Amino acid sequence: MTVTAPERPSLKHRLAERGVDRTLLLLVPGVLFVVLLFAYPVLYGLQLSFQPAEGGSPFANYSTFFSDPYLADTIWTTLRLAIPAALINVLASIPIAYRLRGRFRGKRFLTTILVVPITLGTVLTAEGLKQYLSPVGWFNRILMALGMDEPMRLVPSWTAVLFSLIITGFPFAFLLTLSYLSGIDPTLEQAAATLGADWRRRFRYITLPLLAPGLAITFCLTFVLAFSVFPSAYLVGLPQGETRVMSIAAYEAAFRDGDYPMGSTIAVIMAVVMLVVIALVLAWRSRLYRGATGGKG
Amino acid sequence: MRLGGRRRKSSGVSTAQLPAGRTAERPEYDPVRGPSGRTPSENLDPPIPAKDFRRRPLTVGGWLVWGAVAFFLVNLVGLVASVVVNSFAVTWFDTWWPSGLTAQYYSMAWQEMALLDVLVVTLQVSAAVVVLSVLIGVPTAYALARRTFFGKRLITVLFLLPILLPPMTYGIPLATVLYKFDLAGSMTGVIIANLVPSVPFVVLTMTPFIEQIDPKIEAAARMCGANTAAVFGRVLAPLLVPGILAASILVLVRTVGMFELTFLTAGPGSQTLVVSLYEAMFSAGIRAQQAVDAMAVIYTGSMLVLLVIALRFVNPTQLVTRLKE
Amino acid sequence: MNTAFAELHIDHVSRAFGEHIALRELDLTIKGGEFVALLGPSGCGKSTALNCLAGLLPLTGGQILMDGKRVDTLPPEKRGFGMVFQNYALFPHMSVRRNVAFGLSMRKVARTERERRVDEALRLVQLTDHAAKFPAQLSGGQQQRVAIARAIVLEPRLVLMDEPLSNLDAALRLEMRSEIRRLHQTLGLTTVYVTHDQEEALALADRLVVLRDGLVQQIGSPEEVYAHPANRYVAGFMGYRNLLPVAMSTSDTVTGEGFTLSGVNRDGLTEGAAVAAFRPTDVTVADTEGENTVRAAVEIVEYHGREQAVEARLPGGEALHVRTESRLAPGDEVLFHVPRERVLVFAP
Repeated sequence: MTVTAPERPSLKHRLAERGVDRTLLLLVPGVLFVVLLFAYPVLYGLQLSFQPAEGGSPFANYSTFFSDPYLADTIWTTLRLAIPAALINVLASIPIAYRLRGRFRGKRFLTTILVVPITLGTVLTAEGLKQYLSPVGWFNRILMALGMDEPMRLVPSWTAVLFSLIITGFPFAFLLTLSYLSGIDPTLEQAAATLGADWRRRFRYITLPLLAPGLAITFCLTFVLAFSVFPSAYLVGLPQGETRVMSIAAYEAAFRDGDYPMGSTIAVIMAVVMLVVIALVLAWRSRLYRGATGGKG
Repeated sequence: MRLGGRRRKSSGVSTAQLPAGRTAERPEYDPVRGPSGRTPSENLDPPIPAKDFRRRPLTVGGWLVWGAVAFFLVNLVGLVASVVVNSFAVTWFDTWWPSGLTAQYYSMAWQEMALLDVLVVTLQVSAAVVVLSVLIGVPTAYALARRTFFGKRLITVLFLLPILLPPMTYGIPLATVLYKFDLAGSMTGVIIANLVPSVPFVVLTMTPFIEQIDPKIEAAARMCGANTAAVFGRVLAPLLVPGILAASILVLVRTVGMFELTFLTAGPGSQTLVVSLYEAMFSAGIRAQQAVDAMAVIYTGSMLVLLVIALRFVNPTQLVTRLKE
Repeated sequence: MNTAFAELHIDHVSRAFGEHIALRELDLTIKGGEFVALLGPSGCGKSTALNCLAGLLPLTGGQILMDGKRVDTLPPEKRGFGMVFQNYALFPHMSVRRNVAFGLSMRKVARTERERRVDEALRLVQLTDHAAKFPAQLSGGQQQRVAIARAIVLEPRLVLMDEPLSNLDAALRLEMRSEIRRLHQTLGLTTVYVTHDQEEALALADRLVVLRDGLVQQIGSPEEVYAHPANRYVAGFMGYRNLLPVAMSTSDTVTGEGFTLSGVNRDGLTEGAAVAAFRPTDVTVADTEGENTVRAAVEIVEYHGREQAVEARLPGGEALHVRTESRLAPGDEVLFHVPRERVLVFAP
């Protein structure tokens, strides 16, 4: 402890001030993992997408994608499925969650019932839809018993895929909305009531503005779920037509045709499209009030 | 976006936003709120009965909402029942009810599709994914929760992306890389692929959990003479058990249900239940529809069991990624 | 290990957080058995000082010597200090008994000895009946006692207390205050106590260290700090609620807008702006004009039992705070008097 003594703690201190100390070693396995198994493959795929299988310009895959309507249209096909599905899920969960907020007997039971479809997963949902909506299935039987002339052709169709997205996506949207709603201090509404607001105006001017940022996140998450639709688009949709979504195109390119560069190209475009939609929603969200929602403490 | 769940609630709040492990069975130990700052009077105050406040006669809108919920649930039941009934049907065509009931398709599915093997693979894959993702994810979550440092945002985003991006988008390049290194098609490949969203999921679930443990408790343990190992072993680990349990169960549910990544990386001997179900459905016609349905029922049954277990430990809202703000 | 020490020297200890310097060159010597209070508003650096002492924060500069040996290079668990936290920081997953026993089992104290010392500590804080409970089942005051028992069971050579009473309600605070003083005396502890409550510090401590913006303002006994604050800042903190802007006229008289006061010139000012400081309790209602009388209009009257707290308006518009047994009513024009030895004149 002569001259160096004051120096050593000082360097350690300077690092600690910037949050660098031995605790950060705990990050190493996680970061290594995510870099090796996520960042590296993604970057590898990105680089692969600029190396077309048949050679040519690095952008050949991208120009192929956008010039071939059979590929380029998958973007609209996907959005035409994912956006309505996400919107329906979010809009439907608002009134239901609004009625289920607060505490009452049987809330946990009802919540559980609404959550059960999560267990079904896309594959079973597709299987169920195929039978339930088939011309001889129970749905059409009931409609015909009620006086319909002939069964509706529902599978395979765009509608069936939309249904499957609602069945698997709604529970997520509902749970998120419910948790955001429960995070709003109920006394705020009580305060509005003492100021003479009826429940419509309380909802319009108090609850909804506080809930809106949460709804944006909910929309993003259900949109992501719907956007990556794959098994049901194959099983109850028209995989060569109206429900030829991007993941089908990507999968077919990579694994049916063995064209990994093209598959990666479509995956990259898919990620970009999704991030653009999310960025738009989040940009809208950033204009909203996002402070405390009055939760105590 | 920032990780959420840091709010500390006082008593009059519904369970909906309390993190996992907060079940009423263990009143003496509250890992989330800790003892801080609660005076006895605060504990005794009855919560404002929000129920009385919102009790009102059911309006037209109310009936519409409940009607929609009922419609949704009725169709859902019909959908599930179609599969269940068909799996027990001798034959069922163009009638309300099958001509007879039998369980023979279950034994057929069990034998023909080597269901036992598939279940064993599913179990092995999920167990490995759960253990590994907890081992990797919890230390990361600790460091992220306790330290601010240069580049933290970048790392947070890096852990957020695998959850946010559709599995297909990174699954295809990941599978390509795994094939390049001869790892795909094996159980190792399936486990690695499933870890990619699971590790970030554990990090995301655990970070708010760790943030809610007062760092002063660690300081107190040190002042009592505990070294780093003792702080982790005797104080942090017991406090984190509910969180780790919750995260594990959620990862389990997600892994059993994860279709895309397993589908892209599995080979003949490394398919999990969902993927073999998809394969069976896709090759429908080769075998009886009832056998496929029997398999679907087994899959749903096991998922349902998992969900029931999960709901005992986890708040339903946690089944969704805990992304907030 | 935990034997008493003769002298703890905090030698020009500084601590910075990035650009912000939270504690500047704190230089303080604590004798064994002493009760020292670090006093100041939030953000004054008192908690930083305590955490540096505990080893929970590394120092930016300076050193800490205990009987001539450096302790600031030791990790907190090796210093042998006990600490009581503001929010108690009890281990929520352990019973009261196991909370208190934690430190002993960390030191590998034999079981029978451990049980004996835990029982003794619980008896001292009167929690024997609650030993099996968990922290969440206890009231705030009981939790506080557990935290104290956990710190003193180790017979630490130094006990650090970080605003231990600030989470309690008023009645309990008074009770726990005497409890802490009693434990300090009976166990012969050395205590460093951090608080923002000057009453608490005056009541408990042998010596006060008043801090502001990381700088020591005054170190002294309660009497010294109370009666002879070193500057206008300490005065304000010690209950000199009236801090009137004035101008020096002679070396011991000052003039404000509409009044002239004689007082004790503490900073040796001869001219220019100054501050006249006096306590509301030193102001009385005067019958006739004379030396050190000021006229003010009563605006607000608060009832405090025998006394009234009065806020009156001086001719220049400043508020005059008075604590008096005379019955006044809003609107009264009243003549007040302050004894000249109670008026302290400081540099602004």
